[in-house]
Amino acid sequence: MLTGNAAAAWGVRLAEVDYIPIYPITPQTEIIETLAGWISNGVMDSRFVTMDSEHSMLTAAGSASATGARAFTATSSQGLLYGFEMLYAVAGWRVPLVMVNVSRGLSSPITLEPDHNDVLAARDTGFLQIHCETCQEVLDSILMAYRLAEDERVLLPIFVNLDGFYLSFTREPVEVPDVEQVRNFLPLYQPKHAFFKASQPMAQSAAVLGGLAYSYFKYQMHMASQNALAVYKEVCDEFETGFGRNYDTIEGYMLDDADYVLVMTNSFSTLGKAAVNAARERGLKAGLLRLRLLRPFPVTDLKAAVTGKKAVAVIDQNISIGKGGILHSEIASCLYHEKHRPLLLSFIAGLGGKNISPDEFEFIINKMVTGADTEDAGTAQLLYTDTEWQEMGRLKGMAGKG
Amino acid sequence: MAGNGAIEGDGGKGVKDMGVERIKSIKGIPPEENVLPGTPACAGCGGLLALRHCMKALGQKIVIVNAAGCFTLLTIYPYTPFKNSWLYTAMACAPAGAQGIRDALDILIKKGRLDPDEDLKVVVLTGDGAAYDMSLSSTSGAINRNLDFYYICYDNEAYGNTGVQWSGATPFASKTGTTPPGMIRPMGAELVKKDLFAIWGSHKPPYLATISPAHPVDLINKFKKAEQYNGPKLFIALSPCPPGWGIDTSYTVKLAKLAVDTGVWALKEAVSGDLKHTVVPKRFKPVEEYLQVQGRFAHLFKPVRQEAALNKIQEGVNEYWNRHKLLL
Ligand SMILES: Cc1ncc(C[n+]2csc(CCOP(=O)(O)OP(=O)(O)O)c2C)c(N)n1
Ligand code: SF4
Ligand SMILES: [Mg+2]
Repeated sequence: MLTGNAAAAWGVRLAEVDYIPIYPITPQTEIIETLAGWISNGVMDSRFVTMDSEHSMLTAAGSASATGARAFTATSSQGLLYGFEMLYAVAGWRVPLVMVNVSRGLSSPITLEPDHNDVLAARDTGFLQIHCETCQEVLDSILMAYRLAEDERVLLPIFVNLDGFYLSFTREPVEVPDVEQVRNFLPLYQPKHAFFKASQPMAQSAAVLGGLAYSYFKYQMHMASQNALAVYKEVCDEFETGFGRNYDTIEGYMLDDADYVLVMTNSFSTLGKAAVNAARERGLKAGLLRLRLLRPFPVTDLKAAVTGKKAVAVIDQNISIGKGGILHSEIASCLYHEKHRPLLLSFIAGLGGKNISPDEFEFIINKMVTGADTEDAGTAQLLYTDTEWQEMGRLKGMAGKG
Repeated sequence: MAGNGAIEGDGGKGVKDMGVERIKSIKGIPPEENVLPGTPACAGCGGLLALRHCMKALGQKIVIVNAAGCFTLLTIYPYTPFKNSWLYTAMACAPAGAQGIRDALDILIKKGRLDPDEDLKVVVLTGDGAAYDMSLSSTSGAINRNLDFYYICYDNEAYGNTGVQWSGATPFASKTGTTPPGMIRPMGAELVKKDLFAIWGSHKPPYLATISPAHPVDLINKFKKAEQYNGPKLFIALSPCPPGWGIDTSYTVKLAKLAVDTGVWALKEAVSGDLKHTVVPKRFKPVEEYLQVQGRFAHLFKPVRQEAALNKIQEGVNEYWNRHKLLL
C-alpha cells in the first residue's frame, strides 16, 4: 500500500533520476522527504539539493537537464506560481524535466485542499501534462513521462499531476515494478541536443531579436507538443506490453454506449464513476470520460469519444474568474465544428477540495437529460448545496457578517 | 597564456605571491581574446571591458550563466561573441542555474557519463540589479551551499537594460529615470548604495574581490588568486556606462580610474574573510573630480551647488577609508 506521494517517489527512484532540486510545500513534502531518505541511505544514487525557492528550484532542475542529467522536481500551488517565470523558460530550453504537481487551491484565500487552477495556469507554458486518478497511475505516469519527454520528437518538460490530500495522502495497493524492467522501458538519458562540455561549447537559451526567430521557436515547441500525441500512443503501447497496464490519453468509463457523459480529471473522477453506476441503476445510460493527457490536448480522441452523444457535462475543478470552467472552453472549441456535436454543459465544482455529493452528480446528470430534450445547455452552474450554504451562513454569522 | 609560467625575474612579467603566480604589468595580461568583437553593447561600455579581462583570466573551458541585463544581448541568436558555453536564465536566478549545471557536471563525471576533461568552470554573469537586488535569495543559497562558481557582477549602478532606472547599487544623489532630481527631491537618488561585498562577506565565502576595468593587472591577479579556492568567488566590477552615467564613450577608462583615485571605488579582496586593499591611492583626489564629469551628477553643481549632498558623498568616502585606517 502506498500513498500517492510515495508512489510518486517510487516512480522517481525507478527512473534512476540523477538530480533533484526541491523546495517544500504542503502537500508535496512527503515526496521529497521520501526521496531524501533514500538518497541519505544510499539506496538511490542521486544528488538532492534544497534550493531557496521554487524559482531557483526550477532553474536548477532545468539547467541540470540542459547539462545532460535526468532531473526531477515537485511542487504545488503557491510554489508553482512562485516559479512560474521559469516554467516558460525551461520549456523553451527544450529539456525533458519531469515535475510532479500536487494540486492545491491558490491563495487567496490561502488553503490546502485541491483544485486545478494551479496546474492549469501552466497549460500554455510548453510543459506537457498528465493528470492522475490513482496511486498506481502516479508511479506509472512518471516512468511514461520520462520516456515521452526524452523522445527526440518531443523534448519538452512534463507535469504529472495528482490531487493534494485526496490522492497524495490516500493509500492504495500499488505494484512497484522491477528496476531492470524499468531500465528496458526507459533507457539512460543521453541528449544530443542540449549539454555542456568543454569540447563542444554551446550557447543555450540565447536571446532573439524580433518575431522572426521568436515565432519560429514557439512554433517548434507547439509542433513538438503535437508530435507528443503520436509518441504518447507508442509509449502507452510499450508500457502496456512491459507492465500490463494501459493508460490512454483519455479513460472511458461505461463510455461506449453512454448517452450522457461526465467529463472529469484527477481523483474526483472516482466519485464520478460511482455516480455513473448510480445513474445506470436508475436506467440512465451514463458514462464518464476522464481526461488524462491535458497537454498536448487529445483533440482527436476526445472528438471520437463524445461526438454523437446526447449530452456532455464538463465538471471543472477550476475557475477562470470572469469566464468559467477552463476545460469546458477547451472542449467546446474542439467540438465546435463537429456536425453531431453533443450538447455541452458546464459545471464548476470541487474548488478548494469541496466535495461533490451524489446528489450533485444526480443534479448534473438530470440537467443533461432535460437539456438534451429541450436542446438547451443552460448557463454554467456553480455547484453549492443547501447544506453548504447554511454552513457558510453560520460561519459568516460567527465572523459578524451575518 | 603569457601569464602562465611567469616566474620571479622573468623580465618584469611575473612574480610569485604565496605560491600564486602574479603578473606585474600589462605585459603579463594573457593575449588571448575570449570575448570577440561585434557585440551590441554600447561604445565605451565599461562592463564589457571588465568582462574582456575577466575572460582572459578564465579561459575558454567555462560556461557563463547569465541573468537579465545588458549582457543578455551579447548572445543573440544565431550569434555569440564567446568561444565558451552560455545559458541565459532569468533575472533572479542565475546562481540557481549555476547550481544545476555544477551539480549535473559533477554527477555525470562521477557516474562515468562525462569525461573529466569535459568539465567546465561555472561563471555567473549579472548586472548590479540582479546581483544587489532580485537575485539575492538565489545568491545567498548558492554561497551557503559553498557552490564552486565564479560570480562576476558588472556594476553600472542602475538597471541599465531597461533604460537606466534606480537599482540597489545606485549611489546617493545619482540621477536615473526613476530618481529624477526635482523640486521635492533635488538630489535625485535618496538612498545610499548597498554594500554587496559585505552581504557576500556575511556568508563567509572563500574569495571576494572588487575589480575595475581600468586596473587589469589587479583584476587578472585576483582571478589567479581566486582560482585556488573551491567555492563561491565574487568579482564586482564598477563599470562606467556612457549612456547611464552621462559620459563620453571615450571617457570610460579615465572615469573608472578616477573612481579608484578618489576612493569612491575601493579595490580590495577578502580571502576567507581576510580583507586587503589591493590598490590604495597615495593621495586621494576630491570626490568632486569624479562627480562633476558625469551627467548623472550634474544637478549637484547646476543650477545651484548642492553643498550638503556633495559633503555627504565626500564624508561617506572618508568614513570608509578612515574605518579601514587607510586615509592618510
Ligand atoms: C523578472 C523580471 N523583472 C524585470 C525584468 C526587466 N529587466 C530586464 S534587464 C533589467 C535590468 C537589469 O539591471 P542590471 O542587473 O543592473 O543589469 P544591466 O541592465 O544594468 O546590465 C530589468 C529590470 C526582467 N527581465 N525580469
Ligand atoms: S547601457 Fe551601459 S552597461 Fe549597458 S551596454 Fe550600454 S554601456 Fe554597457
Ligand atoms: Mg546595472
